[in-house]
Amino acid sequence: MSKAEQDIAVIKEIKTLAQGVYTTIRDGKSPQLSMPLRSLLNVRYDPKDGFFELMGKEKRRTLTASTIRTFAQTLLLMKESKAIVETDDIMTKREAYYVSKNWGDARFNEQPESDTVMDDIEAMMQTNREQLGFIPEEKGGEVAGNLVVIETDPETGQKIDHDCTRYVSGAYSIPSSVEDLKFKTSAKFILAIETAGMFQRLVKHKYWKSANCILVSMGGVPTRACRRFIRRLNDELKLPVYVFTDGDPYGYLNIYRTLKVGSGNAAHINKYFCVPNAKFIGVTPQDIIDYKLPTHPLKDVDVKRVKDGMKNDPFVQHYKEWQKALNQMVAMKKRAEQQAFAAHDLNYVITKYLPEKLKNEKTWLP
Amino acid sequence: MAQTTLQGEEQHQTKAHELAKKQREISVAEFFEKNRHLLGFDNKRKALLTAIKEAVDNSLDACEEARILPEISVEIIDMGSERYRVIVEDNGPGIVKAQVPNIFAKLLYGSKFHSLKQSRGQQGIGISAAALYGQLTTGRPIRITSKISPKNPAYYFELSLDTQNNKPVIVKQEEVEWKKDHGIRIELDLEGIYQKGPQSVDAYIKQVAIVNPHTTIIYTNPKPEQLIFARVTDQLPAEPKEIKPHPYGIEVGMLIKMLAWTETRTLQSFFTSEFARVGPGTAKEICNKAGVLPNHNPKEISRDQADRLLKAIKEVRIISPPTDCISPIGAEDLKKGLRKEINAEFYAAVSRPPAVYRGNPFAIECGIAYGGDQPPEEPVRVLRFANRVPLLYQQGACASNEAIIETAWRNYGLSQSKDSMPVGPCTIVIHMASVWVPFTSEAKEAIAHYPEIVKEIKLALQECGRELARYTNKKQKYSDELQKRGYIEKYIPHVGAALEGILGLKKSDRDAMEKELREILERTRGELEEVGEENEEYDEEFARIGAKEEGEEGDADEDAEEEKPKKKKKTKGADAESGEGEA
Repeated sequence: MSKAEQDIAVIKEIKTLAQGVYTTIRDGKSPQLSMPLRSLLNVRYDPKDGFFELMGKEKRRTLTASTIRTFAQTLLLMKESKAIVETDDIMTKREAYYVSKNWGDARFNEQPESDTVMDDIEAMMQTNREQLGFIPEEKGGEVAGNLVVIETDPETGQKIDHDCTRYVSGAYSIPSSVEDLKFKTSAKFILAIETAGMFQRLVKHKYWKSANCILVSMGGVPTRACRRFIRRLNDELKLPVYVFTDGDPYGYLNIYRTLKVGSGNAAHINKYFCVPNAKFIGVTPQDIIDYKLPTHPLKDVDVKRVKDGMKNDPFVQHYKEWQKALNQMVAMKKRAEQQAFAAHDLNYVITKYLPEKLKNEKTWLP
Repeated sequence: MAQTTLQGEEQHQTKAHELAKKQREISVAEFFEKNRHLLGFDNKRKALLTAIKEAVDNSLDACEEARILPEISVEIIDMGSERYRVIVEDNGPGIVKAQVPNIFAKLLYGSKFHSLKQSRGQQGIGISAAALYGQLTTGRPIRITSKISPKNPAYYFELSLDTQNNKPVIVKQEEVEWKKDHGIRIELDLEGIYQKGPQSVDAYIKQVAIVNPHTTIIYTNPKPEQLIFARVTDQLPAEPKEIKPHPYGIEVGMLIKMLAWTETRTLQSFFTSEFARVGPGTAKEICNKAGVLPNHNPKEISRDQADRLLKAIKEVRIISPPTDCISPIGAEDLKKGLRKEINAEFYAAVSRPPAVYRGNPFAIECGIAYGGDQPPEEPVRVLRFANRVPLLYQQGACASNEAIIETAWRNYGLSQSKDSMPVGPCTIVIHMASVWVPFTSEAKEAIAHYPEIVKEIKLALQECGRELARYTNKKQKYSDELQKRGYIEKYIPHVGAALEGILGLKKSDRDAMEKELREILERTRGELEEVGEENEEYDEEFARIGAKEEGEEGDADEDAEEEKPKKKKKTKGADAESGEGEA
């Protein structure tokens, strides 16, 4: 579907929903808006598909005295979305919050309110918020290594090459929309890294050159654009994806799990924004022992996150290996950061850890 | 005792004679000249109030005892340079001629100290102390006129007090004409300060009227303003019964006195006839446990034996004293009084069944008025009464204060920080009725902290509180509902604007849609139930009596310091009954 066709479809969908509300009221009934329940309770995991899929539980918002404010805000934001799609403009989430300041009593008081309403509309229309004209402020992540990203200027039609080997100190920033990018590479794999600090060390020592790979810095939980970018590299260039995070429940259950199978909150778009083929290479709980890493005690929130995962996360529930690893961590009561390898030697991670881990598939987690 | 003829006299007069029989000497006086604060004469403002209070208490007690509907006139005349003349007149049974000097000019002389019966006065020092105070500050004797029946002449006395010997001195005595059938008139000059405000004579008189709906009071303050509090019921309170002391409430000094006074011949009969709830078996058990023979002569019991008897009493199980001797105000009358005084939205009152502390039966009553004109951000107002007498001073030292602070008011819709009085638009009334109210001092300002009393007050407050919570919850729901209805009005135009923007609606379609939506939403909300009650009994003029007047806010109140809510201050039971020990 081209961008123009997509836009027409979005406008049509907004009109259909609004028409439904209008007609229901004119029939003397309370209108409803329904959307998929955005929670881990409403997703299932099937490794054949490789991502969290919606189970079909719905949240219905009936227009009553208590819901009328949110209801009005939802319709008003849909109105704004229609206007920006029609004029081929964009609006950041923050800007949407400020636009609402013109709505009088219906204005949003805090940005989390407008973000939630935006997520509701997105889920309600089973679409991606970029298609509604809303874009996030944050950048998608950084890339260095053996990759050329080819971009086309929509006005001149001119092709622009971004050669990711040519950055000395900086890196290529993943834009908020990656659908129109083309790629060229001779790399053998992609290494997705949690922290910018570790990324910088690998870039500084041109690890991508010796290992012939593409390095991606996720900077915490990967953004949708970052997930989509890695996914496209994986799909189109058939490059394996290896993930390297801190050895703690946040790295496992928030960063890696979201990259691989998506999230409960944005389950309606997981299909496109996940990397089912990603593999976890470290830091595993066993690594902490094998590499004698300096550790920190496991915090209460970490233990709680593991318990929640065991109880509610279909991904954890599917993989015995992960359950074993998480239990091992809780038993150890310890966690370790990526950069803990510096205790042995600053470049231990390049000379010893990564080469060893990449060779030995048995030490990975699914 | 000089007696008038008994024959042919009407009942009131007989009663007076009956009272006269019990009237005898208690103790010497000079001590009190130097300790006037114990009696409530520690500052000029309080002195004026105390003098009036003692006179009014006595009048009400006498009228009720004689089953007469009280009609009392109180007048204060400003004599200049902080001197006031107080005139209190009643329609009570009067006092026989021979007893007048003793009653008004001899400390600790009266009928009430030796009996256990619910009454306002307890010790027999109040009015004579007022007379003494007047004498000390102005040098003028107290003037009494008494008449006991239409057939008897009225007598006029001028009396002063010989403080050396605690003896009345009759300055003047004469027969006078008095149109009244019977009654007493007291005229007393004293040094004082008249001030308005919550601790004023005005406030006291009003509160007396609230809890004594059977009384008519004609009050003239020095302004002069005349206020008439008309009787609202012809029903006298049920007559309180006199009971004998219960062994559990007795102390060694009292026991020794009783042993000396008794007319019984044996210890066993002493116990069965002088105490409540002691039969021959129980009496024998007490004697056996104490190692004293039941047929021992009570007059020959030694101090040591008395101690052993007292110890034995504590070990013997004796059933609680009878409680039908208590005459409470009643929840309905309490609520009525509140309605008159406070324009609130909600009223509740409870009258607890009688309970017992140290062998003394008592009953607690409590009322709450919530909302309306009352200030929402201030600590609740507390009105305290003991045997229908308003307590205006020493709120912080009162058992009721402890009970209020220890009650969890947040559950009932008031705010309250730890260890403090609750805050909210609320007035709390607490009444204790008992054969013996344990005050922390002779000035009768605060009730002592007996655990049983604090517990009963708390139970009464909780009962009222639960009713209050039902109301405050309902009110909360009501205001939530109002807010939601406000929401409808506020946000319907926004729904309209959004749909208009998306669908390009015509103005008429948008208006029709908004109207339709309003109907849908209001249909689902149903009728809005009104909360709060109209108070038709509220009397604005009445409520203003005793309130602080403008410009008086900053007036120095010598008592102000101690009126601030104190941290819990426990008073030991023994302290509370110092009066008993003195005698």
